[in-house]
Amino acid sequence: MTPNTQETWIILGATSSMARAFARSVAQDGAAVLLAGRDMEDMQVFALDLALRGAILAEAHAIDMRDNTGFAPLIERAQQEEGQISVAVFTGSMPPQSEIDDNPELIHGVIRDSFTGPAEFLQMIAPEMETRGGGQVVGVGSVAGDRGRIGNYVYGAAKAGFHTYLSGFRNRLNRSGAHVLTVKPGFVDTAMTWTVDGMFLVASPENVARDIRKALRKKRNVIYTPFFWWGIMSIIRSIPEFIFKKLSV
Amino acid sequence: MTWKTDTHTGWGRVHSTTGELARPERQSALLRLTETITAPAIGMRRSYGDAPLNSDGRAIDMTRLDRIISFDPEAGLLEAEAGVQIGVLADVLAPQGWLPAVMPGTGFATLGGCIANDVHGKNHHIDGSFGDHVESITILLAGGQRKILTPGRNKDLFRATIGGLGQTGVILSAKLRLKPCVGDVIMVTEQRAADFDAFISLLDNSRATYSVGWIDATAQGNALGRGILEEAETGAGLVPAPKRAKSVPFNAPGWALASPIVKLFNALYYRRVPKTGRTLVKPIGDFFFPLDAIHNWNRLYGKLGFHQFQCVLPVDRKDDLREVLDLIARSGLASPLAVLKRMGPDVGDQPAGMMSFPQEGYTLAVDFRNRPGAEILIHRLEEMTADAGGRVYLAKDSLARETRIKSMYPEHATWCDIVNKADPEGDLKTDLIRRLDLRTAQ
Repeated sequence: MTPNTQETWIILGATSSMARAFARSVAQDGAAVLLAGRDMEDMQVFALDLALRGAILAEAHAIDMRDNTGFAPLIERAQQEEGQISVAVFTGSMPPQSEIDDNPELIHGVIRDSFTGPAEFLQMIAPEMETRGGGQVVGVGSVAGDRGRIGNYVYGAAKAGFHTYLSGFRNRLNRSGAHVLTVKPGFVDTAMTWTVDGMFLVASPENVARDIRKALRKKRNVIYTPFFWWGIMSIIRSIPEFIFKKLSV
Repeated sequence: MTWKTDTHTGWGRVHSTTGELARPERQSALLRLTETITAPAIGMRRSYGDAPLNSDGRAIDMTRLDRIISFDPEAGLLEAEAGVQIGVLADVLAPQGWLPAVMPGTGFATLGGCIANDVHGKNHHIDGSFGDHVESITILLAGGQRKILTPGRNKDLFRATIGGLGQTGVILSAKLRLKPCVGDVIMVTEQRAADFDAFISLLDNSRATYSVGWIDATAQGNALGRGILEEAETGAGLVPAPKRAKSVPFNAPGWALASPIVKLFNALYYRRVPKTGRTLVKPIGDFFFPLDAIHNWNRLYGKLGFHQFQCVLPVDRKDDLREVLDLIARSGLASPLAVLKRMGPDVGDQPAGMMSFPQEGYTLAVDFRNRPGAEILIHRLEEMTADAGGRVYLAKDSLARETRIKSMYPEHATWCDIVNKADPEGDLKTDLIRRLDLRTAQ
């Protein structure tokens, strides 16, 4: 952010703990924050918290990734603010794979929350960002999107789709001066992973937020957080498929 | 999807327990949880002993419900969710001219924990304890009913909740009266106290808003009770930002805190301050929360953990205090972490909570690595405290015995009545409550 220019951050999926940590981090630097999510009561409390921590503006907006009626009003609200508009996407849902196996229809919700919902929103806001020239996009994917695993391949597929989308979106926005960062977190200590067994090297949401801010400053394109997941995923990606199909990693 | 089996400990790491934990991130998730289940709340688990443990039971981790709900910069009133950390409040508020009126020795303690243990700070002699500055508490009673407690509307339940060890319900949020401060910088004056009498006289005569003494708990003979008194006032100014915290990566070996090493360390630490004293300017956090700069410092005590003993003795029992110190020094079991502080009289017409630890006098806190002899020594110290009309601090304790503790807390029987009515099934009991049978009146 250049000095004296306001930056307005739209935070999609604002009730997740990673989104909270990130929103607090930009609030401390005096950004305007538009929180978007489903739990209005929760976001309204959080908006006050952000204002006290330094946000020049903090508001809660009802939005549901599965229903695009909330998208346009939020974009119009952001247009009223001067300066840069930036978007951070923290949405996603990960029902246990076994539940999806029992009820295949659940797949649509996962894809909508983790991929097509936020992608549709980004498509809608892109022209405004191009007009203004500048701004930043943070898309939170997952290491699960790097390879389909037996434990959560539907979620992984949705995130893989989102990664590919972000790659193209970065190419598009780069022409007008906006920067797109793809974030692939490993295990993060959130409500989503609270009861998941077998987690190791778990990062706190605050550490992830710090990594994201640092990557934005350095204009990185794709990051793993914590960084060592790059190594872990390089190994996992390099396992030949005829072996990988027998593994349960 | 809500409960997970977790093994955890208090800060002293002597006791560990396995139980079911939930960690709601939103009020709606917490309310859904508590519709059917009543369980005690826990925070950052900075209590040393078994206060935050519920063996084979359930507990609700409140640390993700940590938002500031409202702030009135004119009146100095703040409301926040129970999981917010005191150090975070200090960081946010100090640049705006306010501080939490009372701050414990670690900024990692949560608002809920500060209320449930009625913590005190370096300004107890002037401002009393944490509970003296609580305007209202929103609590979730056993059974799921939400209730706002104030001294005016429901004084008994309010006073049973302050220092009430979580036994009246789950503290959701609280409104605090803040203390004005000049800025986010603190001026600290350090001076040596050559022996016990000198230390007591410095403490008695200190006029500073904040004061705390480090005491060399290994010094014997003429040097018994020597230490360093730190007195401080907030100010405005510019100091370098605090360094990012370091972390102790693994358990230290047992010999790291062997008696000769501690003695040597203490002697050097004492001489660190010039004979004539000195004044330093620091970021507030460095003074209020000195150990927070080293994450997991409890690992320095090795894998067996440690005990902290903290007592308060009345003002006229200085001789007993000297004996307590003498016994500790002669045992050779103390670690460098030992603190002596003057506590003031009640700021209101009675203590903030029925089970509040603070009373007027001198409070001494000493860490002991968990090894043979420590337990016997602490039991003896507890006896001496009881005989001198003092109290043992339950937030630090993991060894005390039932009958003595109950007689130290004069309002215990009344508190029992109230909490047993509020939680008739005993669903909010923790290991500490069971160990000391605290829900039964003597």
